[in-house]
Amino acid sequence: MGHVSGPIAGNIEQYLRSHEHKSLLRFLTCGSIDDGKSTLIGRLLYESTLLFEDHLAALEADSRKLGTQGGDLDFALLLDGLIAEREQRITIDVAYRFFSTDRRKFIVADTPGHEQYTRNMITGASNADAAVILVDARKGLLPQTRRHSYVVSLIGIRKVALAINKLDLVEYSKAVFDRIAEEYRAFAQAVRLTDVVCIPLSALRGDNITAPSANTPWYQGPTLMRYLETVGIEDAAQSGPFRMPVQWVNRPNSDFRGFSGRVVGGSVRPGDRIRVLPSGRESTVARVVTGDRDLNLAVAGQSITLTLADEIDISRGDMLSTADAPAGVADQFEATIIWMSEDAMLPGRPYLLKIGAKTVGVALAPPKYRVNVNTLEHLAAKTLELNEIGVCNLNLDQAIAFDSYKENRDTGGFILVDRRTNNTIGAGLLHFALRRSQNIHWQAIEVNKRAHAALNEHQPCVVWLTGLSGAGKSTIANLIEKRLHALGRHTYLLDGDNVRHGLNRDLGFTEADRVENIRRVAEVARLMVDAGLIVLVSFISPFRAERRMARELVETGEFYEVFVDTPIGVAEQRDTKGLYKKARRGDLKNFTGIDSPYERPENPEIRIDTTAMSAEAAAEQVVAHLRAAGVLGPLNPS
Amino acid sequence: MTTLTHLQRLEAESIDIMREAVSESERPVMLYSIGKDSSVMLHLALKAFYPSKPPFPLLHVDTTWKFREMIEFRDTIARKHGLDLMVHINPEALAMGINPFTHGSAVHTDTWKTEGLKQALDKHGFDAAFGGARRDEEKSRAKERIFSFRSAQHRWDPKIQRPELWRLYNARKNKGESMRVFPLSNWTELDVWQYIYLEKIPIVPLYFAQERPVVVRDGALIMVDDDRMPLAPRETPMMKRVRFRTLGCYPLTGAIESEADTLPAIIQEMLLAKTSERQGRVIDHDSTGSMEKKKQEGYF
Repeated sequence: MGHVSGPIAGNIEQYLRSHEHKSLLRFLTCGSIDDGKSTLIGRLLYESTLLFEDHLAALEADSRKLGTQGGDLDFALLLDGLIAEREQRITIDVAYRFFSTDRRKFIVADTPGHEQYTRNMITGASNADAAVILVDARKGLLPQTRRHSYVVSLIGIRKVALAINKLDLVEYSKAVFDRIAEEYRAFAQAVRLTDVVCIPLSALRGDNITAPSANTPWYQGPTLMRYLETVGIEDAAQSGPFRMPVQWVNRPNSDFRGFSGRVVGGSVRPGDRIRVLPSGRESTVARVVTGDRDLNLAVAGQSITLTLADEIDISRGDMLSTADAPAGVADQFEATIIWMSEDAMLPGRPYLLKIGAKTVGVALAPPKYRVNVNTLEHLAAKTLELNEIGVCNLNLDQAIAFDSYKENRDTGGFILVDRRTNNTIGAGLLHFALRRSQNIHWQAIEVNKRAHAALNEHQPCVVWLTGLSGAGKSTIANLIEKRLHALGRHTYLLDGDNVRHGLNRDLGFTEADRVENIRRVAEVARLMVDAGLIVLVSFISPFRAERRMARELVETGEFYEVFVDTPIGVAEQRDTKGLYKKARRGDLKNFTGIDSPYERPENPEIRIDTTAMSAEAAAEQVVAHLRAAGVLGPLNPS
Repeated sequence: MTTLTHLQRLEAESIDIMREAVSESERPVMLYSIGKDSSVMLHLALKAFYPSKPPFPLLHVDTTWKFREMIEFRDTIARKHGLDLMVHINPEALAMGINPFTHGSAVHTDTWKTEGLKQALDKHGFDAAFGGARRDEEKSRAKERIFSFRSAQHRWDPKIQRPELWRLYNARKNKGESMRVFPLSNWTELDVWQYIYLEKIPIVPLYFAQERPVVVRDGALIMVDDDRMPLAPRETPMMKRVRFRTLGCYPLTGAIESEADTLPAIIQEMLLAKTSERQGRVIDHDSTGSMEKKKQEGYF
């Protein structure tokens, strides 16, 4: 197997010893198939060590059958792994490749280059120490070169090799190389890439891959392999302050209580003073425990278990941080968001955010702007679509420990998860905490909810009726309110149609507007609960996520979800407002049940089957439920 | 500044993955196949949770056709570390007497391993299963996530994989769905051997060269491990100095002639070898993309 067989056949033990001390470089390749990216990676694998004869035999056979090199080895065929990719001759997903030389082990993130795969490129970049950006010498810098460089810079990679490929097709011209290199350096500066090396290459012919090429006597710099073997792997986080998110509390018995996690910043020794965030409690490190032995020093990148001198309350998701330079704690941020889902971002919708070992609820404000990734212009935006990058404010449902992404990728980078599908729908980079949340304090009002409620016989709560248009929500809500009013209870009915005439007059029926519609109504309902009222809300409210948000705004036991369950066929037949007819004709877009989904409640407090009971009976059922729950207080026989 | 070696970085990453999977699942399990990758994975698990024991059982999906030395090794290791070992044998395959000789390798593997695995996962309600697969083994593995989502039917859909960024693993799922978790994703075959050597991790003796009774079948050296193996009229087992680069069901696992009886010698042989590791396994050869299809159906 190539150039390493000598030392292996000679003294294997010596070889193994030397390989114990190899370092690991993770890098990203950016470019599309036209730039020869797959050929380049295939060539690196071929030139290093890890192509076996059966791989080569398969490659030769595939090259004859599918190859684009006229029967010569087509290295690109080594890489496209999934069936769809082989059929379409493109790379769709991120693939990881491995090779090693005597100096280093390499993990290559091989990602597609087209704009519609920006999310894949960002995924590959997130763990990379360096990037190789390919350009075709015949074409020079293209918009995609700028896009790739911007993304690489955004994600925090500083070391970049610009591989000016296909130099054989421009007669190994120094002038062409110099022109592209100069133009690129100017651009790289603009996106704050300062550590750039330009290398003239032909991946297909093997020029300057491992050995300096005789075809480019004018080039004195490193070959690509030499560059990869020597580029500095400086983990900026390692020189920063100590950080360790607690992943797992290690409690084998009552004598041992350790906190397991991976050091993601700085280093830690026994005796170090640490602060637990967000609680702010402090203690001293007693032991640094590993499965091998106790350590005197652990550095960023290591997985360890710490024991502390004091018994303080620490659980998964907390962050241990040096007491001298602790991480920040906040619940509102500005951040760069990279959207990765086919479903556009919905400002205001409650999503989940995972950072370190902590998962919290989050809502995103409408973007301040989005970035045109080819020109770097800032554009106005109401939302972010798949592969779009923008800047938004975030509102978390609890405070987290953090650093800015610039300071630490692990304590400043997060993912966004959809609550319903559980898919990862975006990624983000924290910029800074907003002052706002610290400066606008919640006014402590002395006449509080309890005081309001004390004047009433009943407990304040939200009765949330959800169901299809025409299901009978408003009719039933009206009857409930009449009955409660007759009982002397203070109520208010928020009706979907009525609120849209005033408070929500500016909103339409797109998914984003529906989310905002519900958010506002839920907030109003919360204020009314604060005022001591029984609030009846009659809204289609088709999405589980928003109903859950409304529920979480009030205290446990203050929210009653009433599912007015009417089959779409029955509702359509009633069609009291003539809306289904309009929707069927196509005159009304985004109509729930027709061309917009209704997500049925999974565990409503009350379910009403309107095909089996009258509106009066339904109202009575709800009132009976509230009475049984103790909401209505002591009742005189009525 | 301390630069971690490549093996230190890989070890720390694997430990991180295991702790995360355990924290984010209700009922984790480790698929223990007794091979060298499983040995490394178990070794890492012992480190990850030390001084606690790994907070999950080991599951071996047995086919009744494994090498006898594998079963002995499995039981010894479980006893030595005081681990909870569960063995699942597909009762239907047992009743039907599925074997590689009469039913062929495809039916054999599907019934014993793929179906057997699904049965065991369903029976015990495991929602996260560690596997020792590596991305360098096979093309479709190169694109699989470390936390790989499976539907309630155990299916893998390569087209809707979740993006996996930084060290943030999204392990969320609904009831009935599960995760396959691959802590060795970024290890290569050489890394695994080097780590076994450095850490002195015990492995099944079949990896080392020794005189063993073998016959030649379809160009492969098959060890006659017990008397269930039907021999053709003039087929007589002969003693040859052989070893195995990968372990599975003995009738489906080809041996190689070798003198390598120490770890350095094995590594040396591997580095100078002319064929890659999975070549010895019969199941990969059916068709291009065959592993991808098997994985979609629930194979590890």
